[in-house]
Amino acid sequence: MQIKETSKEYDVVIVGSGAGGGMATKILSEAGLSIAIVEAGPYYDPANPDQMTQMKWPYDSPRRGAGTTRPFGDFDQAYGGWEIEGEPYTQKGDTNFRWFRSRMLGGRTNHWGRISLRFGPNDFKKKSIDGLGEDWPIGYDDIKPYYDKVDKLIGVFGSKENLYNDPDGFFLPAPKPRLHEMFYIKGAKKSNVKVMPSRLSILTKRINDERGVCFYCRQCARSCSVYADFSSGSCLIFPAQKSGGQIDMYVNSMVRTVTTDEEGKATGVSFISKEDKTEYKLKGKVVVLAASACSSARILLNSKSKQHPNGLGNSSDLVGKYLHDSTGGGRMAFLPELVDRKIYNEDGVGGMHVYSPWWLDNKNLNFPRGYHIEVWGGMGSPSYGSGFNVNDLNKFFGTKVGGYGDMLRTDMRKYYGSVVGMDGRGESIAMKDNYCEIDPEKVDEFGVPVLRFNYKWSNYEVNQAKHMQDTFEEIIHNMGAIPISDKAGKESNYGLTKPGEIIHEVGTTRMGNDPKSSVVNEFEQLHDVSNVFIVDAGPFVSQADKNPTWTIMALAWRTCDYIVDEFKKQNF
Amino acid sequence: MDRRDSIKSIMLGSIGFGVLLEGCVSGVGSEEVENAISKFNYGRTKTELEYDKKLFSIKCFNNHEMNTIKKVCNLILPPNEFGSIELAEVPELIEFMAKDIPSYESPIKMGLKYLDKISKSTHQKSFVECGDSEQKRFLDDMAYPNPDLDSSGQKEEVQWFSLMRNLTMTGYYTSKVGIEELGYKGNTPNIWDGVPQDVLDQYGLSYDKDWLDKCVDQSKRNETAKWDEKGNLIS
Repeated sequence: MQIKETSKEYDVVIVGSGAGGGMATKILSEAGLSIAIVEAGPYYDPANPDQMTQMKWPYDSPRRGAGTTRPFGDFDQAYGGWEIEGEPYTQKGDTNFRWFRSRMLGGRTNHWGRISLRFGPNDFKKKSIDGLGEDWPIGYDDIKPYYDKVDKLIGVFGSKENLYNDPDGFFLPAPKPRLHEMFYIKGAKKSNVKVMPSRLSILTKRINDERGVCFYCRQCARSCSVYADFSSGSCLIFPAQKSGGQIDMYVNSMVRTVTTDEEGKATGVSFISKEDKTEYKLKGKVVVLAASACSSARILLNSKSKQHPNGLGNSSDLVGKYLHDSTGGGRMAFLPELVDRKIYNEDGVGGMHVYSPWWLDNKNLNFPRGYHIEVWGGMGSPSYGSGFNVNDLNKFFGTKVGGYGDMLRTDMRKYYGSVVGMDGRGESIAMKDNYCEIDPEKVDEFGVPVLRFNYKWSNYEVNQAKHMQDTFEEIIHNMGAIPISDKAGKESNYGLTKPGEIIHEVGTTRMGNDPKSSVVNEFEQLHDVSNVFIVDAGPFVSQADKNPTWTIMALAWRTCDYIVDEFKKQNF
Repeated sequence: MDRRDSIKSIMLGSIGFGVLLEGCVSGVGSEEVENAISKFNYGRTKTELEYDKKLFSIKCFNNHEMNTIKKVCNLILPPNEFGSIELAEVPELIEFMAKDIPSYESPIKMGLKYLDKISKSTHQKSFVECGDSEQKRFLDDMAYPNPDLDSSGQKEEVQWFSLMRNLTMTGYYTSKVGIEELGYKGNTPNIWDGVPQDVLDQYGLSYDKDWLDKCVDQSKRNETAKWDEKGNLIS
């Protein structure tokens, strides 16, 4: 195959344009460095009318928004999903890991839940607390200044709560709770479960003149056309371009390897253009991987050379190991008090207005780590699936289920907005035996060897999922609601989601001080190769019961400050 | 190599939809496909658009099947002052979904055949040729699932009718007329400032003062946020 090479050498080649890649682009370009961003998907701007889905109605789609082509429905802004034709992955044994990828500028930040939680002091030192996993080489104080800067740059609403392990930040004011959320507050308080305003990166108040303010359409998953939510393109990459950054963007470009020289140092990347299926090489003094935890591990493992026979940065043999996703569990309930409720616009922001941070001490429990609770419900927009099993809830009133005719209209109206649900998102333990590796027998449509997963939940996660189910049931009862479905039991691991399904996969290139037990140092720099950095969630030592995005960005910023310093010292 | 042009290129590499549409009848003219597709503008990638075009170029049901679907949908949800199955384009949705989710196709067709079979054996005519009361008598036997069984344990015709009822209800209530009838008030720029007072009163609820102090003062939403060094919002 012919390989085309650029003559230009960039200061930094960044692989991936999501949270980490976007932050690296912003910080490094503003320091005056020349940047190439290499993104596997197309260019995307949520304000582009040809790509926009915000404010569409279900009938703007011939399938009324059904999830046939996009797993979260037609209007969701993730081009990809758990399965992408031509880009397979495989499983070892009875593993069923689910790997979600979004191929577009901004990656998964265009559709994510905007839940923007800082890790707390304990989250960096869990081994010291419960003896499991590993401590991070850094602590909360190292990262706090960067969390502060991310808060101010991007904007996050929340409230000061003075909770030790859920540190406060620089918050925009929170939106008032919706009606079903007030019922949740009531029920949770009765169950001694802490409830507080949620913390989402959505602008309830202006933060600058470049971005708009939330107009409450509940559609953050469609990426905001006035840039009032955090998406990497609209909040990091476009502003970096506007402020004059030297940024070249290579879209529809699948990175195959990091290229190296005789000394084993990185020289850039090779990628395959999806447009002409040709392989190209890009030169860079520094390579920053931000392709997502598993994709970056795959690139490293595929970057074998004489100097790095086990893959790049893999002298420890730990690239791909310690893969872990959040745990998940949920339950649905019906609030009889909300039958035939008054209808008004309660769209609100794109997510819950209230949530419960982890509120217990694991010392008294049969599992080591916590979970937070997310709440959903209310009078949302009808979409494909609305009206299915329209009067199943009749069974709670002893009336007939099914039928046809005008009675169905009455039932539709009666139950509209009366269903609520809660979801637990918890911390799992990072295990060496949970990993991704290169499948020696399979390549994708570009000829690149694919990932194979090996993953098993332990009793820690299963016991935690059981606790979730017990908690949900108690809160449901205390808020005056009735659980709709059967409680998940032992045979289904208490409703524990499959690994990967919560889309918080982290840990594949974990950080540490010892090159034998970690892949990168505290500045996310490969121990083995000084000019390669990883700014996605690969370097996470542990996951916390928090969503990873805010920590990805705070760490990426800290890493970029280090990279800029090293450039100043002429170390690259 | 100048690849800046590719920035403008909106090409989604490789999501492909290798759907087998066995049994569906091909042969829709290209003009008709263009007309169908032009009604929908919802931010498709190039590959997704091609997939939609492919589905629109195929007809899944013949005229008799479409007429039977129309009749069944009208029995499930009769027209009223807000709209109708036709205005909500429910039969068109069902036809589309039978191609989009191929596992729908054969059960839907079998159910339609079954309707004709029972009406021919009882009344010597097809289902659509029967009168309303005759049609409803057939539906009465399949519209009420046995409450002691789960959905997969129901009789086949009951499962079929449940599918038709689901598709009809979702089709109607995701249409313009259906959304108006339901009264959904959102999908429009607005300012959320809490649950209306009369609704709070109805449920005997009120916001805690402590909680409200943490919430947005919507009169100041356009003032640029400023904080003191402790993170207290001061604007």
